[in-house]
Formats: sequence, C-alpha cells, structure tokens
Amino acid sequence: MSSSRKQILINPISKNNPVVVLMLGICSALAVTAQVKPALVMGVSVTAVLAFSNVIISLLRNTIPNRIRIIVQLVVVAALVIIVEQILKAYAYEVWGQLSVFIGLIITNCILMGRLEAFALGNTPFDSFLDGIGNGLGYTAILLIVAIARELLGSGSLMGYAVIPQSFYEGGYMNNGLMILPPMALIVVGCIIWVHRSIDKDLQEE
Amino acid sequence: MNKNSNTYIFIYASVMVILVAAALALTNGLLKDQHNKNSEIDKMTQILRSIKVEADKNNAESLFAQNIQTAYILNSAGQVDNQSSPEAAFAVEMSGEVTKPLEERQLPVYEALVEGDTLYILPVYGAGLWGPIWGYVSLKNDRNTIYAASFSHSGETPGLGAEISTEPFQAPFSGKVLYKEGEFRSIAILKSGQKADNQDAVDAISGGTITSKGVEDMLLNCLGAYKAFFEQVETENTENKEE
Repeated sequence: MSSSRKQILINPISKNNPVVVLMLGICSALAVTAQVKPALVMGVSVTAVLAFSNVIISLLRNTIPNRIRIIVQLVVVAALVIIVEQILKAYAYEVWGQLSVFIGLIITNCILMGRLEAFALGNTPFDSFLDGIGNGLGYTAILLIVAIARELLGSGSLMGYAVIPQSFYEGGYMNNGLMILPPMALIVVGCIIWVHRSIDKDLQEE
Repeated sequence: MNKNSNTYIFIYASVMVILVAAALALTNGLLKDQHNKNSEIDKMTQILRSIKVEADKNNAESLFAQNIQTAYILNSAGQVDNQSSPEAAFAVEMSGEVTKPLEERQLPVYEALVEGDTLYILPVYGAGLWGPIWGYVSLKNDRNTIYAASFSHSGETPGLGAEISTEPFQAPFSGKVLYKEGEFRSIAILKSGQKADNQDAVDAISGGTITSKGVEDMLLNCLGAYKAFFEQVETENTENKEE
C-alpha cells in the first residue's frame, strides 16, 4: 500500500477524526453510547454502510448529474441501510432488536453525506473504500470511548458484565445515574476533544 | 451526452429508483422466511422466559413443545373459542387486538405445566416512549398470583427504558397479586420508596419514567381484559364447595 493510501486510511482515525475534529455524527454518538454493545454494533454498521456507499458513489461519480447528486447519494445510503437492517434481522435478531431505531438513523448520519460529498465524488473506488473504512473506524473509536466511560460510571458494567465489585457498593459507592442521560455524552465528547487537542497542537485554532 | 439536460436527469433518476426498488424487494424476498422464523423463535423465547425457562435460538422450539401444554383463545366473557387451535392462539397479533373494543378482542392463553402446577401465560401489549412494548405474564393456578413476567420493546432507550427487558426489573413481579380485597387492581409501577394504596407495586426505572408508566398501563389494560377468566376460579371454587 502506498503511503498516500495509508494516510487516507489512518488520518481519519485521529488527526482528521469525523467526530472530534470534523464534528460530524455527534447526534448518534449521544444516542447509542449509554452501553458499549450497541455502540460497537452501531460503529460496525456505520463503517460497513460508509465503505460500500463510498465505493458505489465513487463508481458512479462520472455519471451522476450534478443537480441531483444529493438525491442519488441519499438513495444509495438509504438502500444500503435497509439492506444492513434486513441482514441483521435475519442473522443477528437480538442485536437488531436492540438497535432497530438507530439503524434507520444511520441514513441521517452526517458522516455519510459528508464523506460522499467531500471524498467519494472526486476519488477512485479503492481510495474511497479506504476512506470509508478509516472514517468508520474513527467514528467507532470515539463511540467506544464515550460508551465505556458512560457504561462504567453509569451502570458499573462493561458489555453488560458487572465490573465494579459488589464490595464497593456495600462500602457506599453508587452508580452515577446522570452518566446514562444524553447530556453527559456531550460532555464526555467535549472532554475527548479537549484532551485530543492538547495532545495534537496542530488542531488548536488561533 | 449532456449530463445536465433534463432528459438525462429524468432517465437517470428513474433507472436508479427502479434498480434500487428491485434490489430491496429481492433482499426482502430472500430473507423473509428467515425473518418470520426469527420472530417466531423470539416469541417462543419470550413466552418461555415468562415461566422462568431460559431458551436460546437453538433450543427454543423443543423447549416450547416440552413446556407449553396447550394454547387457546378466549373471548372477553372468558369462554374458550372451540374453533381455536394452539397455532391460531400463537398467531394472534396483540398489536391489532389491543385497539379493538373489549367485546371483539381475541384473548390468547398459553397453559404450561411447571413442577406439576398449571401456569397460565397471558400476552400483554402497550406503548413505551419510542414505540411498542410487549410481554408475557404467567399466573399461578389461582389466576391471581404472578409467577413471573417478561417484557420486551422495539426501541426504548438503551440503559433507560430498555431496562424493562432485564432481570432486575422483571424479577420483583414474582409473587405479586392482581386482586386485592376481591377487586381487580393490576400492578402499580412506582418510584422506589413509594407505596401504592391497596395495590401491589414494583419499582420503576430511574430515567425511564414514561416507559415504566407504559408498562403499568399495559398491564392494567391487557390483564383487565381477562377479568372474566380470572374470576372463573372463584366460581369454580364455590361450585366445588357446594358439591
């Protein structure tokens, strides 16, 4: 893999992260991160839809009429999301049950339209595929960090398994119910952005 | 060819829509059997969970056959519809039934045999915060004491309303009674610490108030439809005494 392609894949994971740098997809980062498992499945679903819609739009990029390109993008994304939902319903019924509403909301995830507009319309299918995977991973990474913080502090568990020992509770420790509520996701994302920018000084605005 | 001409755009859009529609119809057609099978197995798993039998997708069908003795449909007067087969009772869609007036409702009952006792399993269906919630409540032989309950939902918030499908919410239902002083009261769902007047209660979910309220309304509405069925026991008992 050439170094420029490596950059396409790796850049969105930290330096050009869709959530904490481009500020896209915040909405779903709030909605699905109360627990780790739905966050993980959401991350994987978004990555799959993003990679394939990038490839399809990139393949079609020379034929799409400019005036209806947003509609074409929406149709491709919506079709892929419905197919992902159908496949989950057939082969991962329980996860489908947990996520049903949020799967439909992938269509409105700003990262998808953002990447299709900014990248897939002007690049080759393989590059677009890498861009989709990279951005999907960047999104998943942030979702997981937020979900781990919220599930650990809010419910005392990870992936549904209790990790905070019972003796802590007997000693007066209490789960912080506030962590489960959506506003705390926003605050956690804010903290991640803070840490991220203090490590990577290039990202700081004047 | 001019990509910005109206003709090109019309043709492009039409072809795209037809292709996408065909692809989606094909996917749905191919996976439909699997979807139906999954939802049947899911229903069996939920029914089994309401009598404390844990099943997974591999053994649900055999456990269901072992544990559920029979199933039938009642009318609102508590009479068994003689035409109803267990399959018909299983196929009743509660989402449609709860919107009908009480007299027209079909009320399915599943009978299970657990440790020599007959349990009655009744389906319930209602509305949560974001979408439908449903579940199964199993009653002991007295048709009053709850043996266990299981609830599910289609899209409640994970960590909040979605907690109705977890053990900590469902376990306290065991042993609660529907009747107090001879009156049907259903079960109240209250903020922990509160006490209900003359009614058994379980704790609501913090942060899931609307979903908890939805469960309370669902129990009142759906179990209330079976009043005639519950009260048959008392009449049967008095008849027995007279003999």
